[in-house]
Amino acid sequence: MKQPSARGDVSALVLATIAATVESAQDGLARLGAVTRAAVAGTPDILHDDDLQLALFCLYELHYSGIDGAGDDWEWNPDLLRVRQCIEAAFEARVRDEVDLGDLPGTTSEAVCAELFRLTGDDSGPSMSRFVSKSASNDQLREFLVHKAVYQLKEADPHTFAIPRLTGRSKAALVEIQADEYGNGLPARMHSALFARTMRELGMDDTYGAYLDVTPAITLASNNLMSLFGLNRRLRGAIVGHLAAYEMTSSQPNRLYSRGFKRHGYGENATEYFDEHVEADAVHEQIAGRDMAGGLVEEDPRLLPDVLFGAAAGLAVDTLMTRHIMDAWESGGSSLRRSEAMAS
Amino acid sequence: MSAEAVPGPDGPSGAEGPERSLNSGAASPVSVVACPDGPLLIRGDFELVGADGQELPRTRRTVALCRCGASVLKPYCDGSHKLTGFRSEP
Ligand code: FES
Repeated sequence: MKQPSARGDVSALVLATIAATVESAQDGLARLGAVTRAAVAGTPDILHDDDLQLALFCLYELHYSGIDGAGDDWEWNPDLLRVRQCIEAAFEARVRDEVDLGDLPGTTSEAVCAELFRLTGDDSGPSMSRFVSKSASNDQLREFLVHKAVYQLKEADPHTFAIPRLTGRSKAALVEIQADEYGNGLPARMHSALFARTMRELGMDDTYGAYLDVTPAITLASNNLMSLFGLNRRLRGAIVGHLAAYEMTSSQPNRLYSRGFKRHGYGENATEYFDEHVEADAVHEQIAGRDMAGGLVEEDPRLLPDVLFGAAAGLAVDTLMTRHIMDAWESGGSSLRRSEAMAS
Repeated sequence: MSAEAVPGPDGPSGAEGPERSLNSGAASPVSVVACPDGPLLIRGDFELVGADGQELPRTRRTVALCRCGASVLKPYCDGSHKLTGFRSEP
């Protein structure tokens, strides 16, 4: 990914640090630690903090496709990991505050699956899919793709980190879902490739990270949440719950998204990504709920609260993201950081 | 991958055996899960054919077949059962 623009002291220092060699960056690293602690202590709301969310996003990106100009030896640098953990701890605490799990269900696969369907069926918050289907303008469709692109151009990757941490039934189920996400051996059928084609159909740049500078903090937070869950083994229950919630809230919204793009005259090349998800996720949600999440809890009942937390956290943060986007659109504005960048 | 016989520890070995369009690994028995209030989930090596005996378009190995009647992608489930409040138990 190309280097994004900094949004404050922490992200500026992170970007400057990883652009240097490990040997030459020692002074910067010491300062980065102190600046990060101060920023984390002083932020009014880390979920909407552009500087901290971008810094965390860049630190996670070292584990994915990397950042142009950043040496590979930064990935496991202990000082940089300490900075990441400082932001992560505050981020996780804030998300836990946002979520109320209520009474826990039983620990059988069926009970876990039923609870996940109940949780994901609770229709609170604004509906972006209904709006996209009926009313979104062409510019709003493009904005919508900008928000989605952060995840969808690497769709499934954060959850793949969980595979070696699972065993037996839950592992087989996760792999079954991921194989489908990755096109069952056909690169052109990878969901990320289908999404890239949708972007190209709308005349957009499908390079990963191309629109990162206009992507607001809350959209980065939605992505950082998956990386937090995926990259920490202790949160393996949460990444499983998160994936289950994503699968369970996908079929119907994607049908509506597809309709919104058809309404503007876009053809199959643009809508196939969404159409594919209607059918795929009707399968995935059953496998995810019963075999992956339910199977994991049957194997290790202590993970039940984490599974439900992961699901609820994903829904809660994405509800905040949707609210941010819909509020901007309802007031006639843009949900992005600087709308000029979209004019190209 | 071929669907023939039992693969060795490194997976299916040879090119012999019938060609399959979907990665199906070793031949495996078919299982049908009746998902409560939802579709029938079908796994394993099976063919899905229409009334004329022709194979139906299929892009994945495991499929969910609608049993609520509300899907617009029949015979596949499209999640509509959740909107119609379909109950599989009387
Ligand atoms: S069973 Fe899912 S739509 Fe009919």
